[in-house]
Amino acid sequence: MTRQGECAGCAPGFGAENAVPHARHRDAEFHHHHSHASTSHHSGDHHLLAIEHLTVSFDMYDSDAPFFAAERRSHEQLHGLSLSVHEGEVLAVVGASGSGKSLLADAIMGLYEPNACVTGTIWFDGELMDAKKLPQLRGRGISFVPQSVEHLDPLMRVGDQIIGACARADRDLRRQRMRAFMEAYGLDASVERMYPYELSGGMARRVLLICALMDEPRLIVADEPTPGLDLDIAVHAVEDLRTFADGGGGVLLITHDIDLALTVADRVAVFHGGTIVEETSASSFASPDTLRHPFSRALWRAMPQHGFAVPDGSADGGCA
Amino acid sequence: MSLEAREISFAYDRSHPLLDGFSLSVAAGERVAIVASSGAGKTTLCRILAGYIAPHAGSVLVDGADLAAADPRSPRPVQLIWQHPEQAFDPRMRMGHSLAEGTGERSKEQALARACTDGLLDAFGIRSEWLSRYPHELSGGELMRFCIARALLARPRYLICDEISAMLDAVTQAEVWHALLDCVDGTGLGLVIVSHAPALLDQVATRRVPLVPA
Repeated sequence: MTRQGECAGCAPGFGAENAVPHARHRDAEFHHHHSHASTSHHSGDHHLLAIEHLTVSFDMYDSDAPFFAAERRSHEQLHGLSLSVHEGEVLAVVGASGSGKSLLADAIMGLYEPNACVTGTIWFDGELMDAKKLPQLRGRGISFVPQSVEHLDPLMRVGDQIIGACARADRDLRRQRMRAFMEAYGLDASVERMYPYELSGGMARRVLLICALMDEPRLIVADEPTPGLDLDIAVHAVEDLRTFADGGGGVLLITHDIDLALTVADRVAVFHGGTIVEETSASSFASPDTLRHPFSRALWRAMPQHGFAVPDGSADGGCA
Repeated sequence: MSLEAREISFAYDRSHPLLDGFSLSVAAGERVAIVASSGAGKTTLCRILAGYIAPHAGSVLVDGADLAAADPRSPRPVQLIWQHPEQAFDPRMRMGHSLAEGTGERSKEQALARACTDGLLDAFGIRSEWLSRYPHELSGGELMRFCIARALLARPRYLICDEISAMLDAVTQAEVWHALLDCVDGTGLGLVIVSHAPALLDQVATRRVPLVPA
């Protein structure tokens, strides 16, 4: 097994810019395509999750050609994407809605469409992953918090869903675990007997998070957990993720809401045009001067409190 | 010239009235933000102002005329831009048809031609190839552009914007709002804006009205 995900001494194979022993990584120092936040640390001398040069493409029929003559074409959606998550930190991936951020979550969870072609390398906790190993980590190391309440079974009581399928002997143990989590996250005991339609948006978010926490994950991947929620509930939802990270876990928070991301994230990865253009400490967003990529700066300037500016030449619609 | 809500009351559950004697006046060309906590009835108020639901008491007046008495065959003078664009389109209708549907024009071609000459497609960055697509083939941000263009194509006098940019990233949000404000500028169109982002309201609203739960 190769252990290139390691950071100590930065194994050969990474660029010369990375030839810095990990013990000397400091805040805002640039290495492995990213710079650190003050809370980032490499336990066991490697990243909790490291992704290098991830490319996802889809094999589709040419939509411009006549139906029977259409040939298969490959559409590349993610291009050479690299990022890493450390223990005890929240990494927010921010970018435009509909730009393919969710494909990143799918790739980490090992959920591949039949026509997808995925290349690149993913290390989890220092171990090189492949298409067989990633699905085995679902619920056993990596947990997924999906976007909406629609991911809950509408015909099953919430409590039964959280406990999930398990051996009869484990059932009572898991029930106790669930009750402890429900109390910790401010859910009433009566919620256990409810059906998903009876939950408010904020309660549903907590139920989904508890589902993820039940399996004691090391890493949580949360895909757009907040749209459609009011600000106070959204802040609660992301603070719950923060609490998990403070307990030593890693969180990959995929969102389009940069304001919200900045309230909880240690680091921010800016997603643009199918790849991560910059991975930096959240404090770099205090000023556009500390951001490296033009799109990050455009994102900063477009925030309402920073001038609400539109980048030049971005609208390209028109009449036929 | 104003959009006026007079002493509006509404309740989903009789024992818990949501709106009780709420009044609001939006002058032509004004951009009024409705500010309230979650569940206070912002979206319900938007639907009442646009005539989708009738208040239990009180009335909505558009430039002095009762909204309930408006001609149902012509486009409504108050247009509502819905919060969730993915739920605002017929999933089996191509976007061009959906866009042309709410206008006073006889045919789809006429309506789309007017969308072009009015500059709506340009302003919101709507590409012509999107017109032949179905809603599920577009992203949320792209659908939201259609929602706004569709509302403006009906030539309303007042426009209700219910969380129209909550699901957009910062750059798209700025693009969409700038395009909308450019279209509205100088036309005397009155705006009612609902948003949970105070920084956004600082940029786009001219006045704030708190909605206090009944």
